Amino acid sequence: MAKPAKKTAPVRKAGAKPAAKKIAKVIETHENPIAVKGAEPHMRAENRGTPLVEMRDVSIAFGGIKAVDRASIDLHPGEVVGLLGHNGAGKSTLIKVLSGAYKRDAGQIMIEGNEVGINNPRDAKSLGIETIYQTLALADNVDAAANLYLGRELRTRIGTLDDVAMEAETRKVMFRLNPNFRRFKEPVSKLSGGQRQSVAIARAIHFNARILIMDEPTAALGPQETAQVGELIKQLKADGIGIFLISHDLHDVFDLADRLVVMKNGKVVGTAHVKDVTQDEVLGMIIAGKCPKGAVPGPGALREVA
Amino acid sequence: MSNITNTSQNPALQNEGAVKRFFRATEIDPRMLGMIAALILIWCIFDIASGVLRGNFGGLLGGSFLTPRNLWTLLVQTSSIAVMSTGMVLLIVMRQLDLSVGSMLSLVAVAGAVLQVFKLAPVLGVGHPAIWILAVVACIALGALIGALNGALTAYAKIPAFIVTLGGLLAYSGMAFYLAKGETVAPMDKTYEIFGGGIPISWIGPFWSWVIALVACAAIIFGIVNGRRQRLRFNFPLRPIWAETFLAALGSFVVLGITNVMNSYPWPFKLIENYAKANGVAIPPGIENKDGTAVCMAGDQVVRCTEGLIYYTGYSLPVLVALIVGMLMTFLATRTMFGRYVYAIGGNPEAAELAGINTKWMIVKVFALMGALVGISSIISSARLNAATNALGLTNELYVIAATVIGGTSLAGGVGTIYGAMIGALMMQSIISGMSLLNLPAAFQNMVVGVVLVLAVWLDQLYSRRVK
Ligand SMILES: Nc1ncnc2c1ncn2[C@@H]1O[C@H](COP(=O)(O)OP(=O)(O)OP(=O)(O)O)[C@@H](O)[C@H]1O
Ligand SMILES: [Mg+2]
Repeated sequence: MAKPAKKTAPVRKAGAKPAAKKIAKVIETHENPIAVKGAEPHMRAENRGTPLVEMRDVSIAFGGIKAVDRASIDLHPGEVVGLLGHNGAGKSTLIKVLSGAYKRDAGQIMIEGNEVGINNPRDAKSLGIETIYQTLALADNVDAAANLYLGRELRTRIGTLDDVAMEAETRKVMFRLNPNFRRFKEPVSKLSGGQRQSVAIARAIHFNARILIMDEPTAALGPQETAQVGELIKQLKADGIGIFLISHDLHDVFDLADRLVVMKNGKVVGTAHVKDVTQDEVLGMIIAGKCPKGAVPGPGALREVA
Repeated sequence: MSNITNTSQNPALQNEGAVKRFFRATEIDPRMLGMIAALILIWCIFDIASGVLRGNFGGLLGGSFLTPRNLWTLLVQTSSIAVMSTGMVLLIVMRQLDLSVGSMLSLVAVAGAVLQVFKLAPVLGVGHPAIWILAVVACIALGALIGALNGALTAYAKIPAFIVTLGGLLAYSGMAFYLAKGETVAPMDKTYEIFGGGIPISWIGPFWSWVIALVACAAIIFGIVNGRRQRLRFNFPLRPIWAETFLAALGSFVVLGITNVMNSYPWPFKLIENYAKANGVAIPPGIENKDGTAVCMAGDQVVRCTEGLIYYTGYSLPVLVALIVGMLMTFLATRTMFGRYVYAIGGNPEAAELAGINTKWMIVKVFALMGALVGISSIISSARLNAATNALGLTNELYVIAATVIGGTSLAGGVGTIYGAMIGALMMQSIISGMSLLNLPAAFQNMVVGVVLVLAVWLDQLYSRRVK
């Protein structure tokens, strides 16, 4: 089941094609467990064996402040893991280590059981990791299509930018997310917060990711668009894609996630299946760091500190 | 496709004014139109003023500014700064800056001159065709190398570009002085000199100028037709036919108009006479006229006349070089991934990095490109002077940055066009030449250029605030 290290080692040239092939493989491999009707999501996840992503004892500090301290999380194909915590808990920092935005000070990252060196966003992308950043990370001065294809532009036969084709594809993707969206020719700085967020989401889902990181993807969206993203997450999940979902909305997390991880002051308080904990218990984890019975405690759990 | 609306069906767009509709349909940038209007205004003012102060020399408005001769010279004088400004646009768009281009120009020019005068000519023999080729290649390569050094220090050593290139401004001019031993290095190779645009060696004549103009017109029309075909491929809304026709006609009209002006500038009287004598061309008799631009025999005397021997210059080589550089750079900036990345990095460097763009390497590449363009400009400048000195590029960095900013490039990054910077360079050179035409002292010229720079940025900001 574990693939040779060569396959998962970062490939310099990020491109849609190799990633797409990889995903095809992933989907193929995991089609059967997903197809088992009636199985509980967390049971399916457990039977899966090697996790798609495993971060072990990852630490990173900014000038003495330990933003993430020996955090370990994992993710299986077709699974949604909710990442919760107070502001400044270290959620974004942790996933930015995975997406290649930050270099970890310590710890390991395994993809399908093989240790990988993710040193920059290109490495992460070539492993099929796509990210919707909390800050959206859009180039404000260019239009939606240019942002969607940034770094992976479609080109004509003579190697020039195929803007028309990119716009056409962008119209299709955006229609799925935000049917009212019309402003394809304007720089994204002129779009509303929610429209910008839709562009960021479209970019992450368009390139056949197998690991998707969503950092508060619906913070700026209206009810209809939020529901649409919820549907999208379910759909991606069914396709066998692993998703890290960071959110402050407990309802959303309980609705969409299979498991949840709570962080506090850079440390993991605990990990739990959504079926095994109540929303109040999770609130207790977030606010006080108390780890309930249904959860597996991490280094940040209260009883360890006490 | 249901998700594509035609602009004309959108009710919000229906009751806009005719002017707005014109700009929307033709997709002409109002900013560019404003710049061109300002340029023409400046030209008219100088023509009228020179007419009042110094009398009529055949200018369109009775002065000496709007004459083929002056406009031809103006373009030649602009070409060096214009070439460099196309690179500065990309740098400033990417939130970088190069203060060292002037010193770099001196250094590269001196190095190129030393190479041909002291190294190649003695070995290969004066006038050997390899000399100019090696010199041209060496200048561009050396420029690119110095630029890459600036870029590497900025991107990888993380020293702000302002500091790196301020250091470069001092260091490179020192090196140029050292290399030239404080002297003027001359003369240049005869073929190399062609890049300076001097008459009579550097001319392509009216026939080839018209050929180039027609090729350019064909390219404009092809571009418009091709763009339309591309959009048809995906059923996208098209520009109205009248707008397409208008754009094609306007573009062709401008090209043909400029070509006509270039083709109306006859060689100076003395040069025609010398050329005819040197090449054994017979000078015919004609209608004697002391204001004429042709050359005739009156008895055994060579005189000015109409209807005699006359040569027109057509486009001069440095202008062609600048136009070609401008086109290539526009292509690079708007049609390639490289250009797309430059703008994206300028809009949000962090986002570009997160999108997987190697932003550090991009910085090195754009600085190197700037350096290569400085190399081209150094060839133009030294060939024009037929010599190189350590002061050749003095204060050029200021003019290049001023041209770029006048041309609408925002120092905040992310915004700027190649054609804008080139028009900016032309505007600045127009002011400088216009004032020297009026015999105003150089100190006054710099004052006015300074005021224009500040005014241009202020107007641009007023405009952007209103558009928002
Ligand atoms: N680039 C940085 N430089 C310095 N400190 C940083 C940086 N990024 C994050 N931090 C610090 O690391 C800690 C964790 O921040 P992080 O953004 O990961 O929190 P978060 O859990 O995502 O919070 P929120 O819910 O507000 O998004 C904070 O104390 C923050 O100040
Ligand atoms: Mg965050």
